[in-house]
Amino acid sequence: MITLDNLTKIFDTERGVVTAADHINMEVPQGEICVLLGPSGCGKTTTLKMVNRIITPTSGRIMIDGQDTTDQDTVSLRRNIGYVIQQIGLFPNMTIEENISIVPKLIGWDKSRYLKRASELLEMVALDPAIFLKRYPNELSGGQQQRVGVIRALAADPPVMLMDEPFGAIDPINREVIQDEFLKLHRELKKTIMFVSHDIDEAVKMADRIAIFKDGKLIQYDTPDDLLSHPINDFVKGFVGRDRALKRLQLVTVAEVLESESSVVTADDSLATALQRMDAAGYERAIILVDGNKRPVGYVSRSVATTTNGNCGKHSFNLRTVVRPEDDLRTVASKMFTHDATWLPCVSEHGKLMGTVTQRGITHHLGATYKTSRVEGHDLQHMRVAT
Amino acid sequence: MEILDFIMTNLDLLGRLTLEHIGLVAVAVGLATLMGVPIGIAITQNEQVATVVLYVASILITIPSIALFGIMIPILSTIGHGIGYLPAVIAVLLYSQLPIIRNTYTAIHNVNPGLREAARGIGMTNVQRLRKVEIPLSVPVIMAGVRTAVVMNIGVMAIAAYIGAGGLGVLISRGISQSDPRQLVVGAIAVSLLAIIADRSLLSLQRKLTPRGL
Ligand SMILES: Nc1ncnc2c1ncn2[C@@H]1O[C@H](COP(=O)(O)OP(=O)(O)OP(=O)(O)O)[C@@H](O)[C@H]1O
Ligand SMILES: [Mg+2]
Repeated sequence: MITLDNLTKIFDTERGVVTAADHINMEVPQGEICVLLGPSGCGKTTTLKMVNRIITPTSGRIMIDGQDTTDQDTVSLRRNIGYVIQQIGLFPNMTIEENISIVPKLIGWDKSRYLKRASELLEMVALDPAIFLKRYPNELSGGQQQRVGVIRALAADPPVMLMDEPFGAIDPINREVIQDEFLKLHRELKKTIMFVSHDIDEAVKMADRIAIFKDGKLIQYDTPDDLLSHPINDFVKGFVGRDRALKRLQLVTVAEVLESESSVVTADDSLATALQRMDAAGYERAIILVDGNKRPVGYVSRSVATTTNGNCGKHSFNLRTVVRPEDDLRTVASKMFTHDATWLPCVSEHGKLMGTVTQRGITHHLGATYKTSRVEGHDLQHMRVAT
Repeated sequence: MEILDFIMTNLDLLGRLTLEHIGLVAVAVGLATLMGVPIGIAITQNEQVATVVLYVASILITIPSIALFGIMIPILSTIGHGIGYLPAVIAVLLYSQLPIIRNTYTAIHNVNPGLREAARGIGMTNVQRLRKVEIPLSVPVIMAGVRTAVVMNIGVMAIAAYIGAGGLGVLISRGISQSDPRQLVVGAIAVSLLAIIADRSLLSLQRKLTPRGL
């Protein structure tokens, strides 16, 4: 756990004093990722660097697991805190293996142990040790370097990690990949992490809690969902973006809004049966057609079923797309728009029908957290129109 | 032809003077490196001190060598070394300070601040940071300073023959005083060749010392 207690940093510059951090109070619980977010110059980096005392606070305290860091020896303090700087900072004169082994060596691990650790860590981020251990940083792509930067910070297994825009220098596609990799890693390792970002999407994706900064002040500290649904003022509202309702979709998976599909038809059922089942189940527009293995293969629309005779197999439409339970609702919404659909079937790993996700279900889920705030009702309306 | 004849008949002498010359420069620049590199590193800690030190070093280098030898004669005479080996080495030592200190200072000063911060953030002590990061990264530029010092002072050392330090300058000074163009030309060519060869070999040494990833 990291605790910031009235943490303040005032820089004396030639152009006057700059308050880069102004009485910051916050707590990052054990094993959580806290993202520091805000516009350029708001004091994110300054706050982060006070934790490992790269910058000395003007006043206030930082506690790690309740222990005041002010009295600790900075060198040993830093060896217990993984640090990923914005510019990656791999040492160009050392091989990847040497870069990763720095801290373990400094704290006196024996050679076989830190060499094994270096290979292990490379494998964790999908880099082949046989290829990469002996390479130099300039022989790696930007994304590969960034991965190495992260595992170097993890090498001695520190309980706390500080990361300053660690994925800033990578193209958007690779950034997503590395973010996913990192989250997977985090679920295993459960470090307490402070993470600086200026990208709200990254913050929403990575964070257990987001701290929004402005001019050195901590404006709001909340879970991503609370931040998006209840921004406390216009600044936060502006910062999280006008599409914050859509961003919240990213936080919810299909599994959470899945409606079970009790009624389906098979190819041999008649259209009349299909209509009956739609009525009975209250499906307004269509019913799903499944094969013998319960796999969705198409759908029968109400309009066809009411105007035509015959069996379902002959008069069905193909399914345009399906979703998986672990997909986030933002992906689903995007698929719905792309395919002009108001609902989509959700299938298991083996292709079996698990249920459907509907626009109404999504709106409902978002609406549930909006009820407490009257102003937000307006936004919800907006959502309804948009979908 | 005459010159070739001179060379062939005086190979021994030529070899001895060349070795002497190399020895003088090597000792002087070697000592200068041992002195200048730590100074260059030390002054990165304080900008004002750095300005003063670099200023003094650049004034030193503007003193003509003949004048410098002249100044040293009365001073070093007090310990019985007014002329000869010692003043020659001291002169070259002083002249070498500027390129060596300046290059060391610039190289360390210009180490990517991100790398310096990474080193601190990782928990290296100041000494570890210097040894493992800053100095290795500065090797090419420091070596370039040493090369400059060597090449420059091979020329300066030729003049030291006038205060009896020996070296290839002996041929030149004799050439002048005896109006013997053969000695003069051979001496001059030998000094130039020596400078070129020294520069080349130090360049390859510099490449060897440069960490592979740079
Ligand atoms: N060493 C310093 N001396 C003087 N002022 C500084 C120093 N470091 C930072 N500042 C000032 O403190 C403020 C906060 O800087 P900081 O680097 O923490 O911002 P940031 O939120 O990380 O911004 P960015 O997103 O651009 O990295 C800025 O106004 C900056 O100019
Ligand atoms: Mg910053």
